Amino acid sequence: MTTLISHSTYLTGRSLRAFARQPVFVLITLIQPMFWLLLFGKLFESVVRIPGFHAGGSFMDYLAPGVVMMTALFSAMWAGTVYIDDMNRGVMDRLLASPVRRGAMVNGTLAYQSTTSIIQTAVVLLVALAAGGRFHGGAVGVLITLVAAILLTVICAALSNAIALMARQQEALIGISQFLSLPATFLSSAVMDPSLAPHWIQVVARYNPLDWAVVASRETLLGSPDWGAVWPRLVALTVLAVVMAGVATRTFRAYQRSL
Amino acid sequence: MPNPVVQAEGLHKSYPSGRGKPPVRALDGLGFDVEPGTVYGLLGPNGAGKSTTVKILSTLSRANSGRAIVAGADVASQPDVVRRRIGLVSQRPSSDPMATGRENLMLTARIQGLSKPDASARTGVLLDRLGIAEAADRLVKTWSGGMARKLDVAIGLVHRPQVLFLDEPTTGLDPEARAEMWAEIARMAGDDAMTVLLTTHYLDEADRLADRLAIIDHGKLAVEGTPDELKNQLHGDVVHVELGAPDETWAAVERMRTMDELTDVVADGAAIRARTRTGARVVPQLFSALETIGVTVVSATVARPSLDDVYLRHAGRRYETAEAVA
Repeated sequence: MTTLISHSTYLTGRSLRAFARQPVFVLITLIQPMFWLLLFGKLFESVVRIPGFHAGGSFMDYLAPGVVMMTALFSAMWAGTVYIDDMNRGVMDRLLASPVRRGAMVNGTLAYQSTTSIIQTAVVLLVALAAGGRFHGGAVGVLITLVAAILLTVICAALSNAIALMARQQEALIGISQFLSLPATFLSSAVMDPSLAPHWIQVVARYNPLDWAVVASRETLLGSPDWGAVWPRLVALTVLAVVMAGVATRTFRAYQRSL
Repeated sequence: MPNPVVQAEGLHKSYPSGRGKPPVRALDGLGFDVEPGTVYGLLGPNGAGKSTTVKILSTLSRANSGRAIVAGADVASQPDVVRRRIGLVSQRPSSDPMATGRENLMLTARIQGLSKPDASARTGVLLDRLGIAEAADRLVKTWSGGMARKLDVAIGLVHRPQVLFLDEPTTGLDPEARAEMWAEIARMAGDDAMTVLLTTHYLDEADRLADRLAIIDHGKLAVEGTPDELKNQLHGDVVHVELGAPDETWAAVERMRTMDELTDVVADGAAIRARTRTGARVVPQLFSALETIGVTVVSATVARPSLDDVYLRHAGRRYETAEAVA
């Protein structure tokens, strides 16, 4: 157990150092969620005036949790590219021929992705506040939003890692990630109230982890949350995060069988 | 005789080659033993199965059947024990380009269980020893290929492994970097506590560095021994004849096979190889014999046998031909 934790720490440190050394990437990481928030905020501003749209506040209030989770998903779906870079060099071979725990190799990327997700979430919330958003949920709302964003990040990053280990090709991973990311965003309440959408979209949204995270965050951020809607979604996100991290760890076996 | 530090027995490995095609057989019953403290060379053309062997022995990959013991543990049933006792320098660069040389070494040292002060001391020693200390705190992506290769070796050595696997350590290096790498490997060979298993497709590299070597062909052991033993098995010198026209080859070969001084006459295009015990004295006899049947000889040389000749003898084709096909 201590070995798993220390190995995870070393590998998280490796990723964070590499991140800090790519200033352009850091800048995009910070600007992109800002850009989405302001772009979607203007583009869809009038949807709140559609009769039946349950915003519970301004559109900025409604949108901020959606952009937080959308950002978390889009960033995390790229997580596997690091594995593929490592495979293309001999870094993956070097690690797999060392006593490093497979679980630590997964944890390292998940912890790193979670760190960037926390930073991006903070950026979105601060920009939303500056743009006139009001979060009556206060500290509890922010905390639940961070937890939900981290859980969603873990789910998506673990999925991306598993795809990377199976596909072993950058193009395939990016293709699959993009194929999943946009539908996951729009088949949810991230930018639009699904009760105004066709029935099947409401059904899909109910099983969409991104929607679970958006709902948990929005309920608590806007104040006077319906905890009956928040807790089951947080539990579902936690269970799925643990399962996906386990799947990613197991996928190393499949990868090594193919060597 | 000490117990072998690497024992491989009957290793088989095949890879699926796509739907409806038969699997590619990479290893076909390969087996060999390596004594501790030696440099053991696996020599063979590209695609012979050398890298597959290293992957199996270093626990990266699993054999379909067969058994391998490395540094006292079974690679299939105790991979974690093996991993603490081996170092791997794989064919591709194994350093992280977005980390410094020092960070790369520290990461492996810590994963291998060295304490922070030990890891840091060991890192310093290796950076100095391999002559890369000056660049130690720059990102590896700015390093030259030769320097990065030295770092790969340092990463392999950081936890003082009992067995170091070097998979094609000099492929892609310029002559100067290659010479430095050879010197480093020769130095490691002096370290009795460590065994080096080296794969190469360079005949000269195997000849120069390996205490013993195995020539691998089509996933099987073709022949095994010290470089000198292998060459001495060929009994005598090699005669190399070049003809003016390839269509005269068969007539020449037939004539040469009747000569008592020559054995193992083999044709290869417009060239013919044979072996002789009589040294250079065979050359004038050869010229006159071939002249009488009207074959023009462009050149004829006599030389000590090389590993190329050993390969030709055991694999039935010349080494360069096998390389070109692979």
